[in-house]
Amino acid sequence: MSERVLEVRNLQTAFPGPAGPIPVVDGVTLHVERGEVLALVGESGCGKSMTAFSLLRLVPKPGRVTRGSVRLDGHDVLALSVPELRAIRGRDAAMIFQEPMTSLNPVQTVGVQVVEAIRLHERVSKAAARSRTVALFERVGIPDPGARFDAYPHQLSGGMKQRVMIAMALSSQPKLLIADEPTTALDVTIQAQILDLLRELQRETGMAILLITHDLAIVNELADRVAVMYAARLVEEGTREAILGDARHPYTRGLLSSMPALARRGEPLTEIPGTVPAPEEWPRGCRFASRCPRAIERCPLEPPGEFALADDHLVRCHVVQQEEAP
Amino acid sequence: MSGPGALLRVEGLRTWFPIRRGMLQHTVGWVRAVDDVSFEVVSGRTLALVGESGCGKTTVGLSILRLVDPQAGRVLFDGDDLAALSDQEMRARRRAIQIVFQDPLGSLDPRMRVRDAIAEGMQSFGIGASESERTDRVAALLERVQLDPRQMWRYPHEFSGGQRQRLCIARALAVEPRLVICDEAVSALDVSIQAQILNLLGELQEDLGLTYLFITHDLSVVRYLADEVAVMYLGQIVEQGGTERIFEAPQHPYTRGLLAAVPSADPQRRSTAVRVLGDVPSPANPPAGCRFHTRCPEAFDRCSEEAPDLFTVEGGRSRCFLSG
Repeated sequence: MSERVLEVRNLQTAFPGPAGPIPVVDGVTLHVERGEVLALVGESGCGKSMTAFSLLRLVPKPGRVTRGSVRLDGHDVLALSVPELRAIRGRDAAMIFQEPMTSLNPVQTVGVQVVEAIRLHERVSKAAARSRTVALFERVGIPDPGARFDAYPHQLSGGMKQRVMIAMALSSQPKLLIADEPTTALDVTIQAQILDLLRELQRETGMAILLITHDLAIVNELADRVAVMYAARLVEEGTREAILGDARHPYTRGLLSSMPALARRGEPLTEIPGTVPAPEEWPRGCRFASRCPRAIERCPLEPPGEFALADDHLVRCHVVQQEEAP
Repeated sequence: MSGPGALLRVEGLRTWFPIRRGMLQHTVGWVRAVDDVSFEVVSGRTLALVGESGCGKTTVGLSILRLVDPQAGRVLFDGDDLAALSDQEMRARRRAIQIVFQDPLGSLDPRMRVRDAIAEGMQSFGIGASESERTDRVAALLERVQLDPRQMWRYPHEFSGGQRQRLCIARALAVEPRLVICDEAVSALDVSIQAQILNLLGELQEDLGLTYLFITHDLSVVRYLADEVAVMYLGQIVEQGGTERIFEAPQHPYTRGLLAAVPSADPQRRSTAVRVLGDVPSPANPPAGCRFHTRCPEAFDRCSEEAPDLFTVEGGRSRCFLSG
């Protein structure tokens, strides 16, 4: 029996612009089941991080969520009072970021910061929180955890800081971990260690992960399901196998064929022509239409609806829909 | 190891940076950024210098151009030892060697129009008889990198990240170099834009006969475009060879660990292999013996006591006793 830890419906987040609000997240609907890893993937500026921020009401001002609903473990996040919201941040959903240095306080030891995080949500003694922190450090693979408790962030490597962040996120046993580009700033051998760790922890604790990334190879390493985002909207959603092995949306296919890892030497990479248009220049219909090699007349005019290719494979594309259901 | 057609040959390059302390700035130690590095790049081909942060790959590029000064070694470019030239002679040689960095915005003057940024180098090397001739050449270069020549009067901030990298490439090409050092030139770009720039670099190499020294941490890019690969770890080359051989039959345990760590995009396969454990030690205090032995899954007693040579192996070299 599947249970949804996170359910997002028709989410819209916008920033004020000279000619009215500019949506950076536009009609996003997705869910994450208990124990599942959902990857939200897309290129810079597509709105994937803003989607993540919206879930915990962390959108930087003057941006705000303008429409839709977010249910996190049953709570209607957008309707919560600020104290209620504080209580669920960290406890129901915790977040880790690309650059752990900016999330850690530089003038306090990393151990004390985790102790504080624990005591924010639970009435436990400092001594008990300390021993739990050391155990967490050990669990996330920090060598000599007792000594590292007293280390300041700048004394740790990037990989170790990310481990501290993961320990802090795990400290209140969240049901959902939102991981925003958690390995992007790390070297490849360290990235592999952190991905292994996330995979293990996910299996062990059964927490769900919403993984935000630009890298389809990372998606393949960690995700069960994938949602692909382009210009503030979802364009395709499916299982890992479906998206990486049988992508149907021309944008998803373009992303895959741009990857040198999947290309053959000596053959040019298949490019997606041009660049993502600025929000002012978004076509009324499908936002990918201006770069799409398969676009037909109606694409720039009419937004494509959601079309189910299979139970767990959705696509928003007029051309695919026409081929499948003429 | 001197082969025919080597445009660039680096021999025993050593670039150490002093660590200074105290009021009198006494040198208390050295960061061994590049420590006895040798390789060559064949004319018209691509050598990738790969490794993780702090391995010294960027310092190699900067040392070749004498943007930092090496303490020892030779940099033979087309027969001349660049490391032995006077600053003035070196300036003249920079026409033949250009560099493209990761961050195009950081390498373009924000107050300079694109036309002037690209023409600047031509002027200093006396290319083009007049300003208007140089303007024509800028237009041709912009077209060459697939930008609209009418945009030459704009400023860098008016371009997207991918377009700015095209501008940097156009500026490098403006002085008709023979060797282009690409230092993480595509690393900051989104994958769809990265593909465009990689294709452009490939076309330019074919059309102009350019030689590339490609400095990067991204192994899938290396496999896609390099002819030869040199893998660096803590200031040294640990393995070197043809691209196919390196990827198909890596000899050095570090190369094997590095390749195993690359996430796989093949839905049939996830990477699960022997991991390189722990963090990279500091280049100011590299481990004795083999510098990799603290993280090596195959290390034995000798590795911590004695530094291995770069042994000749089939299709290249490997700095590991197991290859000796």
